[in-house]
Amino acid sequence: MWLFLLRRLGQVIPTLLILSVMVFALQQLMPGDPALILAGEERGDPVVLAQIRAELLLDRPLAEQYLSWIWRVLHGDFGFSWRIHMPVGDLILTKLPVTFQLALMSFVIGVLIGVPCGVLSAVWRDRPIDWVINGIALFGISMPNFWLGIMMILFFSVDLGWLPPSGYVPLWEDPWMSLQTTIMPAFVLGTGVASVLMRHTRAAMLGALSQDYVRTARAKGLGERLVVGKHALRNALIPVVTLGTIEFGRLMAGAVLTEQIFSIPGFGKLVVDAVFNRDYPVVQGVVLATALIFVMLSLVADMLYMAINPRLRTA
Amino acid sequence: MIRRLLLAACAVVGLSVSVQAQVATGNLRIGLREDPDIMDPTLARTFVGRIVFASMCDKLFDINERLEIVPQLATGYVWEDPRTMLITLREGVRFHDGDLMDAESVRYSLNRHMTMQGSFRRGEINTIEAVEVVDPLKVRIRLTAPSAPFLSQLTDRAGMIVSPRAAESAGRNFGNHPVCAGPFRFVERVAQDRIVVERFPEYWNAAAIHVNRITYLPIPDSTVRLANLQSGALEMVQTIDPDDVPTVRRNTRLRTSISDELGYQSITFNIGNGVRGQTPLGRDPRVRAAFELAIDRDALNQVVYQGMFTPASQPLPPANPFFIRDFRNEPRNVERARALLREAGVTTPLRVELTVTNSPDLRQVGEVIQAMVREAGFDLRLNTMEFASSLQAAQRGDFEMYLLGWSGRVDPDGNSWSFMNTTGPQNDGRYSNPEVDRMLDAARIEPDADKRRTLYGQIWQLAIRQDRSRVYLWHRKNIVAHTARLTGFVNVPDGVIRPQGIRLQ
Repeated sequence: MWLFLLRRLGQVIPTLLILSVMVFALQQLMPGDPALILAGEERGDPVVLAQIRAELLLDRPLAEQYLSWIWRVLHGDFGFSWRIHMPVGDLILTKLPVTFQLALMSFVIGVLIGVPCGVLSAVWRDRPIDWVINGIALFGISMPNFWLGIMMILFFSVDLGWLPPSGYVPLWEDPWMSLQTTIMPAFVLGTGVASVLMRHTRAAMLGALSQDYVRTARAKGLGERLVVGKHALRNALIPVVTLGTIEFGRLMAGAVLTEQIFSIPGFGKLVVDAVFNRDYPVVQGVVLATALIFVMLSLVADMLYMAINPRLRTA
Repeated sequence: MIRRLLLAACAVVGLSVSVQAQVATGNLRIGLREDPDIMDPTLARTFVGRIVFASMCDKLFDINERLEIVPQLATGYVWEDPRTMLITLREGVRFHDGDLMDAESVRYSLNRHMTMQGSFRRGEINTIEAVEVVDPLKVRIRLTAPSAPFLSQLTDRAGMIVSPRAAESAGRNFGNHPVCAGPFRFVERVAQDRIVVERFPEYWNAAAIHVNRITYLPIPDSTVRLANLQSGALEMVQTIDPDDVPTVRRNTRLRTSISDELGYQSITFNIGNGVRGQTPLGRDPRVRAAFELAIDRDALNQVVYQGMFTPASQPLPPANPFFIRDFRNEPRNVERARALLREAGVTTPLRVELTVTNSPDLRQVGEVIQAMVREAGFDLRLNTMEFASSLQAAQRGDFEMYLLGWSGRVDPDGNSWSFMNTTGPQNDGRYSNPEVDRMLDAARIEPDADKRRTLYGQIWQLAIRQDRSRVYLWHRKNIVAHTARLTGFVNVPDGVIRPQGIRLQ
């Protein structure tokens, strides 16, 4: 177990290094000159442009730019945002709890709705309840987040006046207000997750319910609740856990549209603004941080497998 | 005795509370279109940033709703000769760190704007040769050449005076905690979330300030920005879409305030910037004239902007004192457009391309123009690009026509010189006419307003009507919306929200 963990952690470093090169290269492929966008309405002044390029090392060879950046990153220095002159490390640290809170709430909503619905529709396959759940899930997957978000704002904030339309209050400042500001975006994101989880839980449950061990369990005279809950669900959950961690990772990478609509200052907004403003240090920093989160989450998924399925522990 | 003292104390407390309530109440929350960039007057460049600066950093001069230049930190100025300006400063002005503002701090700030690495102000005030302290309340500015637009530069960020002590100690991090002499001082900033400022009690014009705190919240989505105002989560929004004006007007709890902006929206023709300028459109003014005559500006404005904007044919809006009334918009004339194309000897349909930045309204504008010019014999292709990429393409000459806006300046020079002069830094199409260059330079140093206006009239005639270097389409409007509880707001055409006079009930 520990050996496995160590081995997996050892893989993290080369993964991140390769990724850092890729992010750096991809940014170079992006059209648009950062100096031009930074210069704003002064963009026509060659002196201003030359100065910006010199200051940001944009006039140096790419390899030198990359090495100087990665060297500082290895020392824990992600550099400064070109646009607002704040340290990228600080920006990431202030956005991380916001995105984490939103991701966690969305994920909980998604799991609470998705998994039970998946089980129900598998157990009552081809019955009206199955159709209804499938219909809702299809709706949930196909509905664009920004549309649902705006509709919720117009209904709950403008018409009813129950919730603040947008913005964010940190959990430690005012927990009640914080819940109020995040419940709508979390629901918008959660419905998407719920639909995906529901479809997969249903498929996995259908597979499990047709297995021999389920027939054996039933033949033994076990109650249906035990058969479904203990025998079938436990086995069906493994692919669902994989998917769940991927979904959680996606939520942590920042829900770009949803954050934009609800003006939530999270990862998604940070990286989108940075891309549009060609704020390379911020883009690089956020992508690296997101990659790290993904790698860590897949590690967590592996450990969850072992908890659910003891046979995997010996491997 | 004790009782009387207590009574007196109560009275004093009660009085001060009620005075307080009259003087300044409440937290004003303003929704902005985007997150401002760095809050350092020397390094800042975004428009929304100027809205936040208006509460923190006073300028030597300001402009009012009639676009007149009025004193702010300065009390007046005289031109000692065409190249020397003597500015008198207001007495007893304090920075947020308690230091007194004097001639030395003005000299320091102007020098900082001119010499700091990465300064965006240098281009605005590069005519300054030297700044001299005459006495604590007098500054003499020597220019390298006479400059008519110079004074107007001191009404924006180049005229903002920072506390030398704070600027020295913070260095490049000054923007994370700006210290100026405005009515509000900086409290905190959470990137992409909010900027908070609080009332500065020692502000020189404290009587004009009636709110205690302003929170600026960037909310990029215009529907959501409006929803915040409707639900009472904001007291004011910087701008709403023209489509939303009827909604706000129907709502009895909301008000709109509309003014003409200083800038314009236009189409730049690539005339001489690389191979893509070597087209019938780039070479022949008659083809460009045909293109312009095929466009119906009023219809365009009606279809895309509900008729809210002002159709334009010159770089200055009607509110500008230098606006040339005799220079009228040409009505659409498809017949003449077709005739001009025949005269130019091009085979129709002539294939041309318009680069449009990727925003829903501008794409719609592109599509409407596409339909209009088709009738005259143009096969218009739209090339939709993300903003940063389009800027680079324009700079490199990788375009035939480019639809782009300019936020505008008070002085006519700021809306013309750098776009029309052969060496103009924003002349992406590389338009060049020595006569236009000569007149632009002459207008720059002409002190007499009437003579200057005549010069600009001649420039428009030559560069716009004859050479067709650019098609001006419309002037936008600053459409501010706020709660009916808010009074005293003055909508100045530069679109900057000034906190002076604003009250919340």
